[in-house]
Amino acid sequence: MDVPSWVERLARGDKAALARAITLVENRAPGARELVRQAFLRGGSSLVVGLTGPPGVGKSTLASGLARAFLGRGRRVGVLAVDPTSPFSGGAILGDRIRMQEAAGEPGVFIRSLATRGHAGGLCRAIGDSIRLLEAAGFDPILVETVGAGQGEVEVMRYADTVLVLLMPGLGDDIQAIKAGILEIGDVFVVNKADLPGADRMVRTLELLLELKPLPPGTWRPPVLAVVARDMVGVEELTQAILDHAGHLKGSGGWEARRAAQAEAELGDALQEQLLGAVVGRAKEAGEWGRAAARIRERQSDPYTEAWALVERFGPGLSAPHAPED
Amino acid sequence: MEGKIRVLVAKPGLDGHDRGAKVVARALRDAGFEVVYTGLHQTPDQIAEAVIQEDVDVVGLSILSGAHNTLVPRVIELVKKKGGRQDLLYLVGGIVPREDVDYLRAAGVSEVFGPGTPTEDIVAYIRQHAKG
Repeated sequence: MDVPSWVERLARGDKAALARAITLVENRAPGARELVRQAFLRGGSSLVVGLTGPPGVGKSTLASGLARAFLGRGRRVGVLAVDPTSPFSGGAILGDRIRMQEAAGEPGVFIRSLATRGHAGGLCRAIGDSIRLLEAAGFDPILVETVGAGQGEVEVMRYADTVLVLLMPGLGDDIQAIKAGILEIGDVFVVNKADLPGADRMVRTLELLLELKPLPPGTWRPPVLAVVARDMVGVEELTQAILDHAGHLKGSGGWEARRAAQAEAELGDALQEQLLGAVVGRAKEAGEWGRAAARIRERQSDPYTEAWALVERFGPGLSAPHAPED
Repeated sequence: MEGKIRVLVAKPGLDGHDRGAKVVARALRDAGFEVVYTGLHQTPDQIAEAVIQEDVDVVGLSILSGAHNTLVPRVIELVKKKGGRQDLLYLVGGIVPREDVDYLRAAGVSEVFGPGTPTEDIVAYIRQHAKG
């Protein structure tokens, strides 16, 4: 793959090249690694906004509305929308575009649907690299929509500078809201479908809960906004709240802190993926993988002992980065 | 490489019936494909943009309105114009008179599936012909 010409096509905002590059990253094509590296070295300045919340709460519709609002402020907007892969067939229905028709036709908007492909946490393995490729193509902000998330899917906070948590009237009582999980990661809360009964109470309940949390002075206090994304009601105010949050992060050192935490997390992921791929690959080549599994199956040994034995035997002297494999 | 076949299922034009498209989308999911479903009333330009941005391998167009001879070639032409892939597989589903099938083939369509086609046949066709 001719990396410099790909980098140049991305920099020109070539959507076909960008789309192809994301596929290569998703499929772990060996040639994509250098392209992602180049994109990474140049990137880091686009605002990444995460949208999460339960299924049906309106994440896609809101992403479309936000894309139009940012477009109106002269920005080029990238959207990455993740939907679940079936654990049975490995297939997926990616339906987020249905709710994004109005934004999808705009030249300044790029929308890509991604399947989780077995990745837990609400996103997909390729999300980080895809964000980088969108950055290289000049998209800012980048909106990242998670799968319908309930309580534990909080991975979006690792990639997003600003996390929007979406709720709607009728989702449950306030104890649901104080359980651990997505309510802890919101920088801005959105009560969507605010034309439905119960919206005002939901906004007040959330505000109360958020006020209960003691915050040191100068800390960002997450606002709660009532929105009807379908009718673009409250979307302009939300856009401003996102920009306010980004401004607050940059003014308070929070931006650097988040990026530093992201860097550590990504280093850990990359280490795990590459080391695991390399050790497993070499162990399989040597026929030791099957033998170790057999010892575990026969209860002659246990998984931890065998795993460490593989690291000791195949870890030393690893050379060039192997193409990672599952 | 661990490629997955990606398929766009789209409903161009004005007819409002997408039951068939949904049945097919679901069958393709169950066959292990990633199906991008874009909903009703799509213009050829919207479909072509989705084909490019989603980088699909297969484009399935479901048309019941009779406007296939206009809409389908227009989609194919726009994808080319926007710099889309050359190796795309275009499939049409719906009610297409026999005399139009040759015309659509000449415009770049690989296969036309009429009413009553078992979904297994569509899956098998894609497996055999799509470049994942």
